[in-house]
Amino acid sequence: MQMLTTPLLLIFALALAGYFLAKSRALQVAGGDIRTLVSLPNQHALSTALATAVPPTAAVLLFALYARLSQAEPNWFFALIIIGLGVTGFALSLIGIKTDSRARIYAERWILGLLIFASSIAIMTTIGIVFSMLFESLNFFGQYDWRDFFFSTTWSPNFRGNSDLGILPLLWGTLYVSFIALLFAVPIGLFAAIYLSEYASPRMRSVAKPAIEVLAGIPTIVYGLFALITVGPLLRDYFAEPMGFGQSASSVMTAGLVMGIMLIPFVSSLSDDIINAVPQAMRDGSLGLGATPSETIRQVVIPAALPGIVGAVLLAASRAIGETMIVVLGAGAAARLSLNPFEAMTTVTVKIVSQLTGDTDFASPETLVAFALGLTLFVITLGLNVFALYIVRKYREQYE
Amino acid sequence: MKTSLLASDARTKKRNAAEARFKAYGLSAIVVAMLALAILLTSVLTNGLSSFQQTYITLPIELSEERVDKRGNRDPAEMARTTTIGYAPLLRDAIVAEVARQGLTTDLSDKDIAAMISKEAAATVRNRVLASPNLVGETLTFDLLASGRIDGFFKGRVTLETAALDGNTSPEAVMLAQALADAGVIETKFNWSFFTAPDASDQRPEAAGLGVAILGSLYMMLVVLFLALPIGVASSIYLEEFAPKNRITDIIEVNISNLAAVPSIVYGILGLAIFINFMEFNQSSPLVGGLVLTLMTLPTIIISTRAALKSVPPSIRDAALGVGASKMQSVFHHVLPLAAPGILTGTIIGLAQALGETAPLLLIGMVAFVREYPAAFTPEAGLFGEASTALPVQVYNWTQRSDPAFVERASGAIITLLVFLLIMNAVAIYLRRRFERRW
Repeated sequence: MQMLTTPLLLIFALALAGYFLAKSRALQVAGGDIRTLVSLPNQHALSTALATAVPPTAAVLLFALYARLSQAEPNWFFALIIIGLGVTGFALSLIGIKTDSRARIYAERWILGLLIFASSIAIMTTIGIVFSMLFESLNFFGQYDWRDFFFSTTWSPNFRGNSDLGILPLLWGTLYVSFIALLFAVPIGLFAAIYLSEYASPRMRSVAKPAIEVLAGIPTIVYGLFALITVGPLLRDYFAEPMGFGQSASSVMTAGLVMGIMLIPFVSSLSDDIINAVPQAMRDGSLGLGATPSETIRQVVIPAALPGIVGAVLLAASRAIGETMIVVLGAGAAARLSLNPFEAMTTVTVKIVSQLTGDTDFASPETLVAFALGLTLFVITLGLNVFALYIVRKYREQYE
Repeated sequence: MKTSLLASDARTKKRNAAEARFKAYGLSAIVVAMLALAILLTSVLTNGLSSFQQTYITLPIELSEERVDKRGNRDPAEMARTTTIGYAPLLRDAIVAEVARQGLTTDLSDKDIAAMISKEAAATVRNRVLASPNLVGETLTFDLLASGRIDGFFKGRVTLETAALDGNTSPEAVMLAQALADAGVIETKFNWSFFTAPDASDQRPEAAGLGVAILGSLYMMLVVLFLALPIGVASSIYLEEFAPKNRITDIIEVNISNLAAVPSIVYGILGLAIFINFMEFNQSSPLVGGLVLTLMTLPTIIISTRAALKSVPPSIRDAALGVGASKMQSVFHHVLPLAAPGILTGTIIGLAQALGETAPLLLIGMVAFVREYPAAFTPEAGLFGEASTALPVQVYNWTQRSDPAFVERASGAIITLLVFLLIMNAVAIYLRRRFERRW
C-alpha cells in the first residue's frame, strides 16, 4: 500500500502547487488585465488542480482493487503510472492556459464527473451487498444441500461438522416475533395517527407528535436492554409463570412487545401522512350528510387511505423482520417451532450474529450459513419494501 | 310517535356512544405510546443512574521499599517486575490497619477484609508508583475502588440477605463497610472514571468504564462525517440538479430508497465480506466501523439533502443563470449555501442514527474486549486502524456478563449514549429553527 499512498500524497502536493501556478500564469497570459481572459484565473487554477489530482486518485482506487483481486502487492510500476498521470495532467493544463481557453467548462466537467462518481456509490453499495452475500451463499450451497436449508425443520449447528441448518425454525421465530410486534404496533400506531390528525387540538398535536417520535430516535440497543432487564422478567413473573406457560424471561412475547413499542412511531407517522393526504372534501361530504366524525373516519377516510396504510404496515413488517438487537437480547437463542409465545425462540438475525461473531472459519458451512441467512433476509425485506412502495405510490396518484 | 329534538333517541345515543368510544380508543393509543416511552426511560434511569456514583475507600498506604523496589535503585524498568500481586499485601496491611485504627472489631480474616478493595486497586497503586519512583518509602493516601459487592451495598443492589447467599462477600463484610462508611473511610463519589476508564474483566465491574468505547465511537463518527457528508451532498446535487431524467437515474433513485430500508445487519455482512475479508482492513477497527456506518447513513443524508435542495426556489437558480453564472456556479455559489442548514440538520440526524447502531458493528468484530485506548494513527495499523469498541456495542457486551453489577453499567452507558443523542438532536433542532428560511 505504501507504493500507492506516497505517490498519492505527492500528487496532492502537485495539485496544490498547480492551483497557484495556474492562477499566476493566467494573470501573466492576460498581461495583468483579466478582462482579456475568457475564464477567470480561479477557474484556470481549479481546472489545473482537478486535472492533476483526479486521474491519479482514480488510478489509485483501481490499482488497490486490482492488487486485492490478484493478491499482488502494488509495486513501483503502479507508482510510476500514478505520478505520470498526475504530471501529464499538470503539464497539459498549465501549457494549455491561453486567453481564450475555456477553463470554466473544463473545471466543471471534472466536477460533474466527481458528482456522478458520488451518486454511483449507492449503486456500488447495492452491488456490494448482493455480491458479498451471493458468493458466500453459493459457497455454502456447494457444501450444504439447498433443500435441507430451506425445508429442514431442525437447526442445530455443530462446529465439528454434521450440522442441521434448516431455516424454517428461524423463519418461524422471525415471523412470530414480527407478528406480535405488529399486533401491538398497528392498532396503537393507527389509532394514535387517527386521533392526532382528526381529533387533537393543534396544541396537543404539537406536544404528542414529537413525544411519539422520540421513540423512533431511540437506538435499538436501548430497546434490547429494556426487554432484557425490565419487560422479560416482568412478563415471566406476572404472566408466564402464574399461567404455567414457562419460566423463560426471553421469549417471543418479550421481543414482540418491545419491538411493537419501537414500531409505534413508524406506523403512526406514516399513517399520519397518509390520512392527511385524504382530501378534506371527502370528510366534508360525509359530515355534511350527518355522519359523526368517527363514522366519517371509519367509512370514508380509512377506506380511502387503506392502500397507504397497508403499505405502511408492510414497511413496518420489513423493519420488524430485519430488526436485530431487540431479538438478540429479548427473544432467546433456542431454535424451535412452537406456538407458545412465552417460550424462547430465535430469529434469522440472531443466528446471523451468533454464527458470525467470535472465532469464525470461513470455510465451514456453520459460518457460511450466515450469508445464506443474510441473503434470505435481504430478499424478504427488499420484496416487502418494493411491494409497499408500489402500493403507496399507486395510491398517491389517485388524489394528486 | 312523538319525537323531540331535545331528547335524543336510542339510535342517536348509540351513535354518540360509538363516537365517544372511538375517540377514547384514539386517546388511549396516545397514552399507551407515551406511557411506553415513560416506562422505558424510567427503567433505564433507575437502573443506570447509580453507575455515575462509585464507592471509594480512602487509605494511607506505606509504599515500603522492600515490597515495591527490592533492588532499591528506583529504576522503573526494574520496579515493573513487581506485578500487581506483589502490591496486594500493601493494600491488605493498609486496610487491616485502618480497621484497627477506627477501633472496629470483626470476625473476618485479613484476606476477607482485603477483599473489600477492588482487584483493580493494586494496579492503581502500582501505576502511580511506576510513574514517580521517588514516592517509594513514603506513606501516601489513596482513593481506592471498593469491590463491586461493597459498591453494590451502598447503591442498594446488595443487601444483608443477598450478601449471605453470595460467595464473593458476606454480611460481616457489608456491616464492616457500613461501619467504615460511618467513620468516613468509605465514601461514594461522582464516578469520573466511568467516562475515562477502559473496560474491565468480568471479575471487576467496579472498574469498568466507557473510555475506549467513547473514543471508538468518536473516531467512527469522524469517519462517517468526512465520508458520508461530502459523498451524500455530491450525489444529491447530481441527482437533484444535473441528472437527466432517464432509466439510469431512475434506477439510482429507487436504489437509494431501497437502501434506506435494508436491515442494518445486512450492512454488517457487507462490511465483513468486503472490508475485512476482501480488502483485509483490520478487524474491530473504527475505520471499518466508520465505513459500514457511512454506507448505512448515506441514504438518510441523501434523502434529507435532496429535500433541502428542492426547497430552494428556482428563482434563485434563474437569477444566477441570468447574470451569466454557469449551472455549476449557480448550484455551488447560491443553492448550496441556502440549503446548508437543512443539509446540516439531516447530517446530524444521520450521525445520531449511526451513533446508536449496534448490529453491524457486532459482525465486524467490535465486540472484542479492548483495554488499550486506540490511537488515531499508527504507522502499522494506519488511520483509525487500531482495535476499538463502540458505545452501543459496549452496552451489548456488558449485558452478556454474568455479574449483575454490569446491568447497572450497561444502563449507565445507555444514559450516556442517550445524552449524546439528545445533544445532537437538540443541535439539529436549534439549527433548523435558527437558520431555516421559508420562501
